[in-house]
Amino acid sequence: MIEVKNLTKRYGGVKALDDISFTADSGEVVGLLGPNGAGKSTTMNIITGYLGATSGTVLIDGADILTAPKAAKAKLGYLPEQPPLYLDMTVRRYLEFIFDLKKVRLPKKEHVNEVMEVVKIADVADRVIKNLSKGYRQRVGFAGALMGNPPVLILDEPTVGLDPKQIIDIRKLIKSLGKKHTIIFSSHVLSEVSAVCDRIVMINNGKLVADAKTDELSETLSGSGILALEVEGAVTAVRNAISSVDGVKRVTKGAGLSYTVEFETGVDIRRGVFNALSKANCPILMMRPGGMTLEESFLKLTEGGED
Amino acid sequence: MSAIIKRELSSYFNSAIGYIVLAVFYFFSGLFFYMYCLLSNTTSMSYVFLSMLMIVMLVIPIITMKSFSEERKQKTDQALLTAPISLTEMVLGKFFGAFLLYCICNAIFVLYAVILSFYAAPDWAVFLTTMLGMLLMGGALIAIDLFISALTESQVIAAVVSIGIGLLIYMLDSLSNVFNVDWLTNFLHNISFDAHFTNFINGIINLTSVVFFLSVIAIFLFLCVRVFEKRRWS
Repeated sequence: MIEVKNLTKRYGGVKALDDISFTADSGEVVGLLGPNGAGKSTTMNIITGYLGATSGTVLIDGADILTAPKAAKAKLGYLPEQPPLYLDMTVRRYLEFIFDLKKVRLPKKEHVNEVMEVVKIADVADRVIKNLSKGYRQRVGFAGALMGNPPVLILDEPTVGLDPKQIIDIRKLIKSLGKKHTIIFSSHVLSEVSAVCDRIVMINNGKLVADAKTDELSETLSGSGILALEVEGAVTAVRNAISSVDGVKRVTKGAGLSYTVEFETGVDIRRGVFNALSKANCPILMMRPGGMTLEESFLKLTEGGED
Repeated sequence: MSAIIKRELSSYFNSAIGYIVLAVFYFFSGLFFYMYCLLSNTTSMSYVFLSMLMIVMLVIPIITMKSFSEERKQKTDQALLTAPISLTEMVLGKFFGAFLLYCICNAIFVLYAVILSFYAAPDWAVFLTTMLGMLLMGGALIAIDLFISALTESQVIAAVVSIGIGLLIYMLDSLSNVFNVDWLTNFLHNISFDAHFTNFINGIINLTSVVFFLSVIAIFLFLCVRVFEKRRWS
């Protein structure tokens, strides 16, 4: 549905994007993740045709954004980081304008009402956008992106600056929309992306650093299995006991009683660890797989990239 | 394109700008009409239009100052530039939005002509050519000022530069006499809005003047499109 191939963008001498390639299939929710300034917005601006790439191509459902911009843009709904709202218009007038601008061929009044119901702004339909709160403005922008039911939605940090309840609402909305639309959605908050997306594309310093299914990402990133433990007993005794188990690569001591064990993928070391520690008379208080959270691997990865 | 025209017009009247522009335009045109027609007992409106030239130069920058600059500042240009419309359509939409407001300004002259017709029949042919001249000249100025608005994010800068350029254009004819160089004098005279506009006031539809104003419109709208094209790639 969306194909991004070898995207490179230079601003003067600075390389903002360096050879980024990824795809999003029909009905997939892809999270674009990266720290601030990684190139997420630039990527999205290029996908939507707002910016031109120095090299590389973007195909939206087969239509090149550069050579067939009208066909490609007609399939897109874009919510930029700052929603493009005309503050002097009422919500309804604004949406009707976007409707006309996108040359949508649906019954106007019904469609505008329908979209306002979906993002829950029907109660402010006749208020001037200037007077709306941040959360409402974000949703009006969202409604603008949904105008005409485009098959592809590009959402740039849609939850920034919202209160927790609004964030949950927007996430729910994205999830429900993901059934019918292809969505690329960016964030620098990992928990958000992992909660909503089927796949995560990670960018750092303009480079693609990971592209994996959400549940496989942690392993993909670290390249080994991870086990988190809390064990009572002398540190050396615990270390020695765990290290003696087959397949264990590294034992790291965390805060308090916690330990993180890295082991070769494809091996289940839990029984071995249990037996070894029980022999050493060190009771296990907690054992949990995937000890290194996504958040930690994300940090590790992005910090590594800056060296 | 029609969506943008509609939005432009509504934005003028959602804010005070539309009303202020109309008020200023109507006030001065009324004043000149009273001074040059009613007080001097004539149906010739040529002095009214000649005096309006200055007002047009000052009013049009107010109409166009926020056309593009405000879009860029509020980032609403992202909605326009990612919509399935071409840059040309977008620029033309903005142009005709501003131009329609300018047309509404000029509609007042029809009223004045009708008032005059109660006293004595005005020369309708001359009136029509003059109106054509007003619209062409205004259109050319709108295109220039739109281009200036596209260059900056600040409405104030757009307005000040546009007014400066407007005054310069207004003085071109007098400036042409300052220099003692033949080709320069000729050149300045030929690009003077004043000189071309005077043709229309005299009831002459000079093809050169029509083409001149239309060319100015086309060139500056084209430059406007180029500004957006360039911005995408820089």
